[in-house]
Amino acid sequence: MTSATPPAGTAPLKLARRSRQSDSRKRADRVGDLSLRLICAGAAVLAAIVLILIAKEVIEGAQPAFSKYGFSFVTHQEWAPPLEKFGGRGLIFGTLITSAMALFIGAPVAISIAVFLALLAPAGVRNVISPLVEMLAAIPSVILGFWGLLILGPVLANTVEPFLHDTFGFIPIFGAPQTTGASIFNAGLILTIMVIPIIASVSRDLFMAVPRDLQDGAAALGSTRWEVIRGVILPTCLSGIIAACLLGLGRALGEAIAVAQVVGGGTESHISLFKTGGTMASLIALQFPSAISELHFGSLYYLAALLLVIGVASNLLASWVGHRFGNVGG
Amino acid sequence: MRIRRAQAVGEFDPTQPLVATGNLGRRHLTSRVIQGLAIAAAVAAVAVLVIVVTAVVGHGAKAINWDFITKGSPEGVGPDLVGTAIIVGIATAIAAPIGVLIALFLSEYAGRRSTRPVQLLLDVMNGMPSIIIAVFVYTLIVKATKTESGLAGAIALSIIMVPLIARGTQEVLNLVPRPQREAADALGVARWRSVLTIILPAAAPGIVTSTLLSVARAAGETAPLLLCSSLFKDDTFQFNPLEALPNVPVRIFQLSEEANPEGFTKAWGLSLILIAVILALGLGSRALLNRSKRKMTR
Repeated sequence: MTSATPPAGTAPLKLARRSRQSDSRKRADRVGDLSLRLICAGAAVLAAIVLILIAKEVIEGAQPAFSKYGFSFVTHQEWAPPLEKFGGRGLIFGTLITSAMALFIGAPVAISIAVFLALLAPAGVRNVISPLVEMLAAIPSVILGFWGLLILGPVLANTVEPFLHDTFGFIPIFGAPQTTGASIFNAGLILTIMVIPIIASVSRDLFMAVPRDLQDGAAALGSTRWEVIRGVILPTCLSGIIAACLLGLGRALGEAIAVAQVVGGGTESHISLFKTGGTMASLIALQFPSAISELHFGSLYYLAALLLVIGVASNLLASWVGHRFGNVGG
Repeated sequence: MRIRRAQAVGEFDPTQPLVATGNLGRRHLTSRVIQGLAIAAAVAAVAVLVIVVTAVVGHGAKAINWDFITKGSPEGVGPDLVGTAIIVGIATAIAAPIGVLIALFLSEYAGRRSTRPVQLLLDVMNGMPSIIIAVFVYTLIVKATKTESGLAGAIALSIIMVPLIARGTQEVLNLVPRPQREAADALGVARWRSVLTIILPAAAPGIVTSTLLSVARAAGETAPLLLCSSLFKDDTFQFNPLEALPNVPVRIFQLSEEANPEGFTKAWGLSLILIAVILALGLGSRALLNRSKRKMTR
């Protein structure tokens, strides 16, 4: 274009150039949109692939043990790598006992903490205690296990376990204490410490989401604080609390390192909490790096596969419960 | 209590005058006791934290000095610190982009039908015991290459970090004000441009926060490194991620399994360093998050 072009013509010309530009821009945008969308979807697909691969590898690894033992692996007791004998009963038992203990002690405590944080504490106190409780979750399991071994273990072996044995010794779970402090009981306590912050922080968020009107309504009818909690808060949040406990359970079932440090490395099942034992996850951590035979590896994979199934199931159940019955905070 | 139960089964007669049931004192007492128990539970949790941290600080402080941090075994743990930094660094470099992309997918692109499965996928990954991820990476990489490596450990850690980063990022992406997106749409800005130039920058502080939190989590993960990077030389500094790298969590685990008082002291020292870094990351990122949330919701 020369400078002689009448001013009237400039506007359409500019517009034309604009639209040409926007044509190429549109094309670029189409490409850009599509590629960003594909990259994002690709990342999600990648995660799914990893998950499927995890299941595949673990189950494939378990083949040698599965073809030899089938499902009777679950009921066999003896675990003796040098003798090529592998059975998971003692370890499954140990896993269930320690996790159950963690949940039985941890869930009520955690829910009480959540009640305190969400409903009773003034904002200032809440803003201090909440992060502290979450910091408890941030302590690495290996440090917690180390502490449990060196500090908690002797305390348990010297004072707590003898006391429980003397007082409640007629109940078989409180058997004769051992000298080291490494025991199922110790592992259960360490797991309790690990599940409390998980359940507490989820429950706290649930409680804080309960509509104020409901609580005020109950209070206006003359309910005491506890009656508001029992009659309004807990029923509304029940599904969420169950989901939180399942999350905690999943964590407790799968914890390997801390348990390996404090449980003492046995593979038998006893009725007494004060003896050494083992859990599926802890045994994998302890024996996998030094497994001696194909079958030994296979049996460890078998344990991992069981753990995988239980872990995924408790997660899916938690998610389903939270989704299906969750009407608060979800 | 009694009044409300009666109401529930339909025995309540609204024409009757309201009278005290006489158990108000007991009800108040119950309420008081329960409140006391709730406070006690919170105090107990904080007490456990304090006890553990004091034990670590008390025992660990004795071990720490300049040689401990800078020299290799047997005097110090320098190589472990460097190794952990390398492994966690690689893991972050892998996990952060993937986590952010998954979060973007969920908040910007996923339709109703694909949101739920991907959320579920993240939940399952998040709840996956780290020992299983360790076994998986061992099988896939260590067994295949026949050598332990820091890289394998980093990949395992990144699998742990991805769901944490994705979840945290998704939360902040949802906080980006709707009007900002709508304004961009109204100006005819393409979606990918608005994502890259408007939404991501607005969410950046939150993304950094969730990444830091996941770093704090990964730094203490022991199980994956125990299987993927545990046969290391710790007398000199190792920098090659294709070989086993010395690292803090596995070192603590190994020292705690040997019944050796000197080793215990060293393990306390390592624990102190690890816990200090993790708590600093946690507190720092939380402060950052609170500040940016306040900014965004204002």
